[in-house]
Amino acid sequence: MSFVPHTDPERAAMLKGIGVSSIEDLFSDIPEHLRIEGLALPGAVSEIEAIDEVETLADRNVQTKDMDWFLGAGAYYGYIPAVVPALAGRGEFLTAYTPYQPEVSQGTLQAIFEYQSMTAKLLGMSVVNASHYDGATALAEAVLMAWKAKEGRNRIFLPKDLHPEYSQVIATYCTSFDIEFIRYEGDPAQAPIDERTAAIIIAYPGFSGEMYPISKASEKAHEKGALCIVQADPLMCAIFKSPGEQGADIVTAEGQCLGNPLNFGGPYLGMMGTTDALIRRMPGRIVGQTKDKFGKRGFVLTLSTREQHIRREKAVSNICSNQGLSMLQTCIYLATLGKNGLQEVAKQSYDKAHYAAQLIDIIPGYHVVPKLFFREFLVETPDSATKIVEALNKKSIMPGLALSHYYPERANELLICVTEMNTKAQIEKLASALKEAVK
Amino acid sequence: MNAMNMRDEPLVYELSREGRIGCSLPRSDVPSKEIPLEIARSELDLPELDELTVVRHFTRLSQKNFSIDTEFYPLGSCTMKYNPKANEVVASNPGWKNLHPLVGEEYAQGAIELLWRLQEGLREVGGFAAASLQPAAGAHGELSGVLMIHAALKERGETKRKKMLIPDSAHGTNPASCTMAGFTTQTIPSGLDGGVDMEALRAALDDTIAGIMITNPNTLGLFEKNIEDICRLVHEAGGFVYGDGANMNALTGVFKPGRSGIDVMHFNLHKTFSTPHGGGGPGAGMVAANETLAPYLPGPIAVKADSVYRLEMPAKSIGRVKAFHGNFGVLVRAYCYLLMTGSDGLRQVAENAVLNANYLKSLLEKVYPVPYKRHCMHEFVAKGAIADTVHTLDIAKRLIDYGFHPPTIYFPLIVQEALMIEPTETESKETLDLFAEAMKRIAEEASKNPELLHDAPHIAPVARLDEVMAARYPILCYRG
Repeated sequence: MSFVPHTDPERAAMLKGIGVSSIEDLFSDIPEHLRIEGLALPGAVSEIEAIDEVETLADRNVQTKDMDWFLGAGAYYGYIPAVVPALAGRGEFLTAYTPYQPEVSQGTLQAIFEYQSMTAKLLGMSVVNASHYDGATALAEAVLMAWKAKEGRNRIFLPKDLHPEYSQVIATYCTSFDIEFIRYEGDPAQAPIDERTAAIIIAYPGFSGEMYPISKASEKAHEKGALCIVQADPLMCAIFKSPGEQGADIVTAEGQCLGNPLNFGGPYLGMMGTTDALIRRMPGRIVGQTKDKFGKRGFVLTLSTREQHIRREKAVSNICSNQGLSMLQTCIYLATLGKNGLQEVAKQSYDKAHYAAQLIDIIPGYHVVPKLFFREFLVETPDSATKIVEALNKKSIMPGLALSHYYPERANELLICVTEMNTKAQIEKLASALKEAVK
Repeated sequence: MNAMNMRDEPLVYELSREGRIGCSLPRSDVPSKEIPLEIARSELDLPELDELTVVRHFTRLSQKNFSIDTEFYPLGSCTMKYNPKANEVVASNPGWKNLHPLVGEEYAQGAIELLWRLQEGLREVGGFAAASLQPAAGAHGELSGVLMIHAALKERGETKRKKMLIPDSAHGTNPASCTMAGFTTQTIPSGLDGGVDMEALRAALDDTIAGIMITNPNTLGLFEKNIEDICRLVHEAGGFVYGDGANMNALTGVFKPGRSGIDVMHFNLHKTFSTPHGGGGPGAGMVAANETLAPYLPGPIAVKADSVYRLEMPAKSIGRVKAFHGNFGVLVRAYCYLLMTGSDGLRQVAENAVLNANYLKSLLEKVYPVPYKRHCMHEFVAKGAIADTVHTLDIAKRLIDYGFHPPTIYFPLIVQEALMIEPTETESKETLDLFAEAMKRIAEEASKNPELLHDAPHIAPVARLDEVMAARYPILCYRG
């Protein structure tokens, strides 16, 4: 099935109109010896068979609902209201292109403007762009943006307590440039930044869950002439002070937790916001409000002179396709939950995580590491965390991420995440299973 | 478009009423924990809406869009083909949606097997040694590919090779990707036949070139006839050849780019492999390479050992280009499409995409001049210069009144007043006939009543918008 509507007579009529005798004639520019006979792939199957084959594969995976779920580490199991996929899945949104023709793209454009408005408030920034591929690439682009903005300075301070995959993506993106990365530990306000520093990155919270207030660190960065980049948990910002309120110049975030499913790691939502001063250095599409000739309000893609289709090699980034539909999901999610709903999701996650931490910290041999955290916390375990995970899996509990997944030497550490999806009973079951696992 | 969607739709903030909520959670069953005052948030300015208001709001917004599901969308180089609904059915399966990216590989065998099968299928379509599904978009695939070239040159100790050659018809992402990978760029002009000017290419080849980025068919919709010579010359000069697969829809099952000498290439799965564009994304930009560059692919990639599937970093990988495993949900859709089309269907895709483009060109070329007199591939470029006072932009906007999305305009940059038209294989003859009819009527209007074009669109939710004001005095957020 190639979804081609033509019948043979129609095809013949079209060839006649063109003035050739066969389709093969249209390919005459391809050197004959390079044309192939066919592909070594199976033949076409029907829709029934295709769906059946893909669903058979899907059935072989373990889903969040199959276990009591406490694994996060950059991808979060949260509730997605029914209206989110129902509306975002409408064909008029799903099958539209990038809104380069504004008169027939007002739906997409207004939704982006609403997303920009809501997330700018959430993160405390002047402007948020219409998305990056994910939180990791957004942060990597923020590093390049800051490095270019602070010409002549080549140091970037990076927290040791940052998601390891984010560190890896930054390394890939910056591989060709003369940037010196300095890893710092603990409170960002204590990082030894200097006049050669372009920016300090602050994880809010860190990979271990630990968080520090940002204000002092951002003040210090500004005194030294450096920029302050904050990698934030956007849900946390519903109940904790926003990065913008604490002096951040650039904020990046992974927006998956705001209405996008886990999907084995993608598509997710890279969020980036900045200040008025840096708007014209920010990559990514931006929508602005304007008027038509009758004075009617409308929306357009704007500040395009930053972008690759206008500026080519001088563009601030090469980004073109973004995560538009994930952004739309988040837009609908935020509109549906609204002020009270989002704060409720964040507060329940916070309360439940602290309830869990309290129960776990009193189990002999277990120690909760972070002092101030939101919904995820690192735990030192009395035995190999991998073994504990295996033991709990047998009881249909996914207790979190064994840190040895990223750091083989950190065998006795487990990263536990609690969201609004977890019940009190599940949390208590987790705590008693952790206790039993090391008896 | 009907009268309903001409109506103003307020912003979510304007619809907000204090105290409303669109979705509620179960009551919390754990003790409340205080947030330290010095870091607690004092206010959160988000709208408050009930569920029905949300539903009507976003439904009405959707009705202000043109989309493939509602209109013919002949955007050149964007491959706006039909996005099969079966793709959406399989992508919404809870076995994918509720699959966490960090579960042990034993819990995600179905997902890794799907990655492996798609990887292998696309590798075969391109004629390459290996592929990675990590890149999230075409430009992301380009960045990956040029970083692979960068890494290979570095390993050879050829650090002075800093220059990438780019034909003047290339997409803007090509030079922008080079800059992000630390390369400089040199533009190679097109020759009289619309292909790379071979003399200019020869003159540019020296020991400072890292390689060339080539789009085939190029953005004029023309097959690069000298592709083998281009690859050979660049290789002889010590450089690599990057293939931009944005236009692969012309070639599936007909031609394998890997066999023509291309070293590394991306495919846009949201073009050729039918996954929806989503109003800007998400896409997926698989990158594939020959034996020489395969070890540098971004990872991890899926591997099969006995009957177990694992994720592995290629030997000399450039590393991760994003967190986790690519835009997985998009890859599920592309895999479903690959199954439904199969080897025979993929050839029909290319054949009929090329048939449709040539047919539409034959209907239009007497009215809209086509600068290159060759068979086109999946798209063609015509000129909107049909009357003194009328520009391509006017034609594009007038098409909206006839119920068609405008083609890509003013690109490629080497054709003045360019109209770049790509019908795709999923459009019927009668749609193409109607579109051609509308284009011809617009040409008549252009000479008889040009004001009709200057003021277009007349039937759209808004008239032409003031883009200059938008950029000069940016309003980027709701201001209450």
